[in-house]
Amino acid sequence: MEIDWKNYDPGEFYDEMISSPGNPRLASKSVAGYLQRLSAKQIGRRQNAADLSIAEMGVTFTVYSEGENIDRTWPFDIIPRIIPQKEWSHIEKGLTQRMTALNMFIHDLYNDQNIIKDGIVPRELIESSKSFLPQCIGVSPRYNVWAHICGSDLVRDGDGTVYVLEDNLRVPSGVSYMIENRTITKRVFPELFSKHRIQPVDDYPSHLFDMLASLSPRTIDHPEIVVMTPGIYNSAYFEHSYLAQQMGTELVEGGDLIVDDDDCVYMKTIDGLQRVDVIYRRVNDEFIDPEVFQEDSVLGVPGLMRAWRAGNVALANAPGAGVADDKVVYTYVPDIIKYYLDEDPIIPNVPSYRCEDKEHREYVLANLEKLVVKPANESGGYGMLVGPHSTAAERTKFAKLIKKSPRNYIAQPTLSLSTAPTICGQHVEPRHLDLRPFILQSDRTYVTAGGLTRVALRKGSLVVNSSQGGGSKDTWIVDMGEK
Amino acid sequence: MLSRVAERLYWTARYLERAENTARLVKVFSSLMLDLPNGVGINWRQLVDISGAPDLFDKNYRTCGERNVIKFMLFDPDNPGSLFSSLSSARENVRTSRDLVPSEGWEHVNELYLFAKKKVDRKTLIKDRYEFLSEIIMRCQQITGLLAGTMSNGDAYQFVRMGRNLERADMTTRQIDVGSAIIIAAGVEQERLENRLWTYVLKSLSAHQMYRQSVRRRVSPDHVLTFLLQDMNFPRTIAHTLGEVLSCFEKGLSHNDEPMRAVWRLQRLIADANVAQLHNEGLHEFIEQLQTELGSLHGLVASTWFTLERDKTA
Repeated sequence: MEIDWKNYDPGEFYDEMISSPGNPRLASKSVAGYLQRLSAKQIGRRQNAADLSIAEMGVTFTVYSEGENIDRTWPFDIIPRIIPQKEWSHIEKGLTQRMTALNMFIHDLYNDQNIIKDGIVPRELIESSKSFLPQCIGVSPRYNVWAHICGSDLVRDGDGTVYVLEDNLRVPSGVSYMIENRTITKRVFPELFSKHRIQPVDDYPSHLFDMLASLSPRTIDHPEIVVMTPGIYNSAYFEHSYLAQQMGTELVEGGDLIVDDDDCVYMKTIDGLQRVDVIYRRVNDEFIDPEVFQEDSVLGVPGLMRAWRAGNVALANAPGAGVADDKVVYTYVPDIIKYYLDEDPIIPNVPSYRCEDKEHREYVLANLEKLVVKPANESGGYGMLVGPHSTAAERTKFAKLIKKSPRNYIAQPTLSLSTAPTICGQHVEPRHLDLRPFILQSDRTYVTAGGLTRVALRKGSLVVNSSQGGGSKDTWIVDMGEK
Repeated sequence: MLSRVAERLYWTARYLERAENTARLVKVFSSLMLDLPNGVGINWRQLVDISGAPDLFDKNYRTCGERNVIKFMLFDPDNPGSLFSSLSSARENVRTSRDLVPSEGWEHVNELYLFAKKKVDRKTLIKDRYEFLSEIIMRCQQITGLLAGTMSNGDAYQFVRMGRNLERADMTTRQIDVGSAIIIAAGVEQERLENRLWTYVLKSLSAHQMYRQSVRRRVSPDHVLTFLLQDMNFPRTIAHTLGEVLSCFEKGLSHNDEPMRAVWRLQRLIADANVAQLHNEGLHEFIEQLQTELGSLHGLVASTWFTLERDKTA
């Protein structure tokens, strides 16, 4: 497989690397040229080296299949996805703006509810949201920040515009793969790193640590920070242990923690009980405290909400933060930004139809084959209808679902997601992708340089989730020396 | 260090040691069945009794022949003490404490599990049993050696050592029980058998050579018992394993006084045992008493460092 960009045709789609057959984009030019000079053998060898490193490093994710858990290795494509620094700076500003507004929004919802009183967001919408937790009303977390760690999914449409597709404010995952992808690329293409000014990504764990430490309710030199995982059977367990290891914190499960009569959280160690200040919890809201939410949850800690409300422990993200990543709430984000910051959104939303609205609903039902329909409260690409790829039976099923609970669905036009060259067997072919940058917010905001690029490895597929046949690429933010 | 993590390391070591010793137990018993003359009263049922789970066996099997017993001891997934169950439990425990165990440790345990899984068939049960068991023993020892050679001697390793030695003590008592059971069943024949029988027991613990060097006399029941119970130097004797457990407790673990007192009690029990008398009568009861005491020592380890019941009562 030798690469000749003249034979690479992204067709109608916006390609991240090649603008038309034979013509690489400016930021990708030297990498494209370098790849073209490699022999078929050399390319095969580098892909093998990458696969080997992944196996050696034990980079895995877990999938449930036929009742058994399989640790699958992470599918990785060696050709990096390149974004010029100038474009990235713009996106970074947009993400900071968005997170700031969303955190103000969440805080407002659980306190004064001005945005509802001012008629910007309807009360029923919030109160009917599964992720709105009445137990959080009246709480003021430090800095009034609720969503400390966010992964926003960005997509690029046919004309090159970048949109926010969704915000993940609950327990977004993928950041460890972003870091590991870079480690692998450095092993596979060391020579490219000396030639390019590529922004580093491996400082994420230390930023995460500092952000978490800043939330500590006790002002002590070494607050006790822990990462809380649902356990080995969770699909992101690798990431949980990776982050704990990188930050040098304990990786705990619910059973390791108790809330004592003083409403403080302690972890059980061989030296006895030890006070915990900050919990980076990777357990969903409904499971964190069986006293308050799911009674039968064994993943959580009885009394955790009590301790959090008393201000004796910080939870990141705060419970209830998920109310702002409800897909219907998403459609209001441009208004939310305007309301709190009096600014226009720097990165636009994908135009969306709310099925609850009668006119919108009628349009959606009449045009199902053109639209993507999403449930308000699912993640991981589950429960979606991709109109152009659907069967008549699936469309009938979704029409029923929408009519039954319109509040729970939104629809968006099918975007022609951008593509990037990807090694598929013996060829390089365009594959669709998205980008998930990670944003940290406490008293300041940090945005990763790039993020996790996810690729739909199946030809023509638009679904990039790892649980559904997606892979990933290293993402480079390259400084071209422009201002 | 988190209590849960300490507990997993402790059980990893226990299960590995249990797998190895189950292999030893089955190996020696299989040889005895072949070598002892007919009619001395040795039968497969004794192995089930010694394994400590006769009720479970009776629930799931109708007859007590060789095939059933071997299946129960080696591969039965419903028997939590079977060799295969021990290996899969060891694997599950390492899998969930991978950050504290050297990565080769996880790889070897995983490979060993896959090896055993592949061998679950009739052929292994009957024909290739000896090779299979020898391989299991060797690979378990490899892993034990790997952990000893590559883990820092901090708290984490103390829990590994603790688990290994407690399990070893328990399994040595079971090996002695094999001897005692057969002697009782043999009745008047016993004198003729004694020498051969106890040589097997020693060999199954890889102790024959060391016994010879240390005792320098023919194999006789009271000398073997004295050696297996009281010798301080051979790594599988009760006295030695208890010394190891005690030294784990002393290595910087907090709140160790209760568990230490339990070890001292056991050490007194061993030291005060009248071995010459025991081999004539009461050996089985003495072994049972030891096993009970070992069980309560485990209970103290668990309540002190794993479940933290200590904190609630304090």
